[in-house]
Amino acid sequence: MHIDLLEKRWLYVALGMILLFLGAIFYTAWVHNVHPPGHAETIDSASLHLSEEFAEDKLGVQAEPLANGSVQVRLVAGRYGFYPREIEIPAGRTIVFRLASMDVLHGAHIPMTNMGTMIVPGFVSEVTTVFPKPGEYPLLCNEYCGFGHDHMWSKVTVIAPENWHAPTKGGQQP
Amino acid sequence: MIDATSRKLTLFNFWVAFGAFGLASVFGLYQVLERSGFIPALQSPAVYFASVSTHGVLMAFVLTTFFIMGFGYYTLASSLKVPIWNPLLAWAGYGVCLGGTVLAAIPLLLGKASVLYTFYPPIQASALFYIGATLLVVGSWFWAAIVIVMYVEWKKAHPGEPVPLPAFATAANAFLWLWTSAGVALEAVFQLLPWSLGLVDTIDVGLARTLFSWTLHPIVYFWLIPAYIVLYGFVPQAAGGKLFSDELARLAFLLILLFGLPIGFHHLYMDPEQAHGWKFIHMVGTFAVAIPTLLTGFTVIASLEGAGRKRGGQGLFGWIGALPWKDPTVLAAILSLLMLVLGGFGGLVNASYAMNAMIHNTAWVPGHFHLIFAGTVVILYLAVAYRLWPRLVGKALVSKELALVQLWSWFIGLGILTTPWHVLGLLGQPRRISSVNYNSVLTLAWDPYELAMILGGLVLTASAGLFVYILYKTQTAGEAEQPVEENWAVAIRPATALPEWLNSFGVWNKVIAGLMALSYGYPIIQFFVLKTYDPTAWGY
Ligand SMILES: [Cu+2]
Repeated sequence: MHIDLLEKRWLYVALGMILLFLGAIFYTAWVHNVHPPGHAETIDSASLHLSEEFAEDKLGVQAEPLANGSVQVRLVAGRYGFYPREIEIPAGRTIVFRLASMDVLHGAHIPMTNMGTMIVPGFVSEVTTVFPKPGEYPLLCNEYCGFGHDHMWSKVTVIAPENWHAPTKGGQQP
Repeated sequence: MIDATSRKLTLFNFWVAFGAFGLASVFGLYQVLERSGFIPALQSPAVYFASVSTHGVLMAFVLTTFFIMGFGYYTLASSLKVPIWNPLLAWAGYGVCLGGTVLAAIPLLLGKASVLYTFYPPIQASALFYIGATLLVVGSWFWAAIVIVMYVEWKKAHPGEPVPLPAFATAANAFLWLWTSAGVALEAVFQLLPWSLGLVDTIDVGLARTLFSWTLHPIVYFWLIPAYIVLYGFVPQAAGGKLFSDELARLAFLLILLFGLPIGFHHLYMDPEQAHGWKFIHMVGTFAVAIPTLLTGFTVIASLEGAGRKRGGQGLFGWIGALPWKDPTVLAAILSLLMLVLGGFGGLVNASYAMNAMIHNTAWVPGHFHLIFAGTVVILYLAVAYRLWPRLVGKALVSKELALVQLWSWFIGLGILTTPWHVLGLLGQPRRISSVNYNSVLTLAWDPYELAMILGGLVLTASAGLFVYILYKTQTAGEAEQPVEENWAVAIRPATALPEWLNSFGVWNKVIAGLMALSYGYPIIQFFVLKTYDPTAWGY
């Protein structure tokens, strides 16, 4: 096979570029532990209301922080909203979202942040993130889920850590 | 000139392809108008999602499949200089595809298949839609079989000779398509069809999404390879030069075949049903498949530079001005490469394992794929039509100037349409909404971009209309002329003796089988090992 000298040089440049990109991603993933969601955890979407974790009184911001100090939030996605419809979480602390769908495919995204995941019926989605700045954020459904899809969103209020209090009981916000 | 049967096959396929294209463009215009919310009388999620579904299916599946079949027949007949093997089988495949398209179109237009072109369960469409879509794929397998038989027969008749590059690339695409379409075919036969016909009640959504990802990414290369054939095969000659390298072109097609297949998980980055380790592996492959595209960019630009210098262009950039910008094929190639650079940049963001979270399922994504699909790929399909119509119907193109206006307006329209989409994506606008109802300050910032989007849609629809008009006029009122022979580009150093691995697919298919087993084996098996809970069907 004949490869021209110019082609050879370009091949090295192209390979170099790809390795550089991959190197940057390797670094963020395996040194800084930045991964997309995904751990193949199953759940029965048809009986979320009876489950240990996603029954109505277990939803929302959890009273007890996780062992590593992060705040856990449980949400159910269903046509057309994320339940509970409003949550308050602290800025600057690690938040672990756990979401499950009670019907069809949904997506969750808080614009201009990396809080995003697909919500697939039959599976639990888990996303870990930190919101550095307080403010009001919409949580939007970003996967077509039916004719009411445009109306599917909920409110997330991120408040300064000194003003935030963990809910007192049963996952309900005070 | 190629034989009458091959010409007729090509033409009949092109009619369906470009008819679908013209129709789908009108749906596109309606969508940008409806979505903006500026005309309250138009507001209707039911009509909007039926329209998006039809637009997507027509553009992504009907335009592409029929164009690729027609262009493949033309490429083989003109580069191998033989008639199509078993034309009856080719017509049968055409009939199956067309029948499937009609069957799918009925529920789509009636609003009984508003499941978008990705048809993700458990939202369920009318069974007719899945049957039609399946037939479209099955009919295209007839085409793939004919291409492979012709490639094998030619090789047998010419032992030791390199298969002409355009035919080699078409054969690569036929193999790629057989591999690619297997995923969605498995999903259709074992999941969607029995479920939509009511034979089973539930569907494993995780498995369905995984199988669909098997098809959803490499199908892009099925669409792209004909565009690359144009860049390698028509453009150097149309620009007045030669192809820089024949052997590297073959390598590029083989690398697309090899790397393009096992990387579909980058569509599942944000999904919960696959572990992130698998996503990471598919991500590495996703970056590797940029290499053949980078090689193609180099070879095509080097060929254009050679042509420009031959025409008297001097200095570092003088050759660019010296190119024949008034030749539709050359103009389309230059515009296509420009859009590939922009779209490719966006693609790197999508492909990046972590950055993807910022723009996943936002307006950024249609912004990206309209640049790559409508921009890089379809603009070359349009250029093919301008080049081949006279060769197929024996009539001169009715106006070269109009064709140039059409190509420029397509490019400009895409610029106006996709720039606001990219910005809206970064501002977090979801891609698949019919109107903006979020009662949030954030969304006020979206309004000016909606306006730009409408302007882009208007320009593009006018451009698509002009394209259909030019072809129609050429066919009905063009001046008769003797169809010219196809003159495929000649390489500076033509391939004479090739190693077998650059001239055949045997080894490659085995390597691909191994790669596919590695990257999709366990991720599919897990659904049979894990205790999964399958949902029932939902309407929309
Ligand atoms: Cu939703």
